Amino acid sequence: MYRYDEYDQAIVDARVDEFRDQVTRRLSGAMTEDQFKPLRLMNGLYLQLHAYMLRIAVPYGTLDSRQMRLLAHIARKYDRGYGHFTTRQNIQFNWIRLSDAPDILAELATAQMHAIQTSGNCIRNISSDQFAGAAADEVADPRPVAELIRQWSTFHPEFSYLPRKFKIAVIAADEDRAAMRLHDIGLKLVRRPNEQGGDLGAEVYVGGGMGRTPMIAPLIKDFVPLGELMGYLEAALRVYNRYGRRDNIYKARIKILLHEIGADAYREQVEAEWVAVRDQGIDPPAAELERIAAMFAGPAFDPAAPDAVDRSDPDFAVWLDQNVRAHKAPGHAIVTISLKPVGGIPGDATADQIDLMADLAQAHSFDELRVTHAQNIVLPHVRKDALYGVWQALRDAGLAEPNLDLIGDIIACPGLDYCSLANARSIPLAQKISRRFAGRERELGELKLKISGCINACGHHHAGHIGILGVDRKGTENYQLLLGGSGAEDVSLGKITGPGFDEDGVVDAIARVTDRYLAERTSGERFLDTYRRLGMAPFKEAIYG
Amino acid sequence: MKLLTGNDLATGDVIWWTGSGWSRHVAEAADVGEGGEAILQAEEGARRVNVPYLLDAVPTPEGPRPAHIKDRIRAAGPTVRADLTLTPADPQAGSWVI
Repeated sequence: MYRYDEYDQAIVDARVDEFRDQVTRRLSGAMTEDQFKPLRLMNGLYLQLHAYMLRIAVPYGTLDSRQMRLLAHIARKYDRGYGHFTTRQNIQFNWIRLSDAPDILAELATAQMHAIQTSGNCIRNISSDQFAGAAADEVADPRPVAELIRQWSTFHPEFSYLPRKFKIAVIAADEDRAAMRLHDIGLKLVRRPNEQGGDLGAEVYVGGGMGRTPMIAPLIKDFVPLGELMGYLEAALRVYNRYGRRDNIYKARIKILLHEIGADAYREQVEAEWVAVRDQGIDPPAAELERIAAMFAGPAFDPAAPDAVDRSDPDFAVWLDQNVRAHKAPGHAIVTISLKPVGGIPGDATADQIDLMADLAQAHSFDELRVTHAQNIVLPHVRKDALYGVWQALRDAGLAEPNLDLIGDIIACPGLDYCSLANARSIPLAQKISRRFAGRERELGELKLKISGCINACGHHHAGHIGILGVDRKGTENYQLLLGGSGAEDVSLGKITGPGFDEDGVVDAIARVTDRYLAERTSGERFLDTYRRLGMAPFKEAIYG
Repeated sequence: MKLLTGNDLATGDVIWWTGSGWSRHVAEAADVGEGGEAILQAEEGARRVNVPYLLDAVPTPEGPRPAHIKDRIRAAGPTVRADLTLTPADPQAGSWVI
């Protein structure tokens, strides 16, 4: 994992001191809320439906056990005993006092954590593949590049007041586990064959996103050598900063710029700007990337770790098949801890559960954890001969639901239960769906269901095989149903089925959709495959008759 | 009827204007009638409330019930965590909100 150098620590410590002074001035009345709001948002502090909410950054979703325990401590000392892991690989605390916020940030800084780049029109926390450094299918660990982008983007003076927020994802495998093409910029690390075996570089996709106007990012550059990537990003952001709209918040994202001028025109402008910035020393020397990469060097995996796993406990075997994935090192495995118990709140974990996951990471995963955009937690490096013990500990803590990528593994935003922007509740709906389909999840196979409580799409409803969007219809919650979306390498945007439903109605509609899928599927077809083969018509008929 | 609400500056708690001060309980909220904007300005200026706004509500025997579901959830707490509502584990809290 990356460890702060003196500059990182000094920056974070200085920010804590600055925010403490700002909070003092706000509480004393020296600042109005209008003056204070942009400052608190720069430190991840929102005012939500019930209280202040603090969003803490988890850069590229990677944590160690000390940091995880600190989150549990914050949940106990400053909040109400739990936290909410988000679709941006961050964590939110819902019941924060303004007067406590500087102390919380000071405690976070002791573990190299902060809440910078979790709000505002800046480059937000960089997201990545939760299996980075462990997956057998990656060409390289994407996190050193993500970290370099973090360093380049943090407090970047030119990009701190962009037309709108800006999200970057980095992956390095053909399987897209980070919804890469639904980001403002998506980077896929690839190797370009050469006599030395292959130069590492990036495919650059620009202009993706969900929200009010969902778009899939087109490929803008098929290969940027790693040593020139920061200059290219500088050029890409400059063109957006220059031409992105500031007159209309709904048309300010880079996807709108791409849509309005076209990908070719944008590409040409970036190329021209790239020539202009190339001699400005933006790309760091190779030694700096090597310094960062060295901190992500994999643990010393035991080559003698046994590969066999005793599957005699049937409950364990189910979990093993569903929540455990292949690791690049023999005798090891990647464990996904589902934060989606039947009837639970997606992404929520109690302080005790957070502590337990930290303990397991320290004992069995080389001290590493990951937060996933699907609101789960990953132990990336577990010896196979430790899996049974890990599962038992998780089971005893209510964390062993074997539902990864099944219909119960629901992504849901906080919705109207917590969020001041929401139009409808997401969580109660997720709970009803989870209960309705409990016991049938494996029969339905891979089925990614995603719920947003408003058009901003924090619950990724456009990318759900089944998506749900909550709307306000004359003061009443109403839910639109979408089918056919995907955030993976087969990326697509869901389509609305027709008129919306009330809460119970949308659950019934999903049951009719899945029944039709079971009746129509051919061998090996996922729900998404059947939908793509048949189209909307048979499902619409099943829903509306 | 019209209510005045906002958040406590330091704690972030949802608070309601009672006619003489602020309460966390919507049941104690007062009808501000047409005079709400003046109270809002005065209280915000004195930093006794943060981000205040006026809303419609309906009088009931149990007290005012905000007209919009968002304000009812603000008043009662998350519908999915009965243990965090102002009257913890109140079985009536859900039906009052919805």
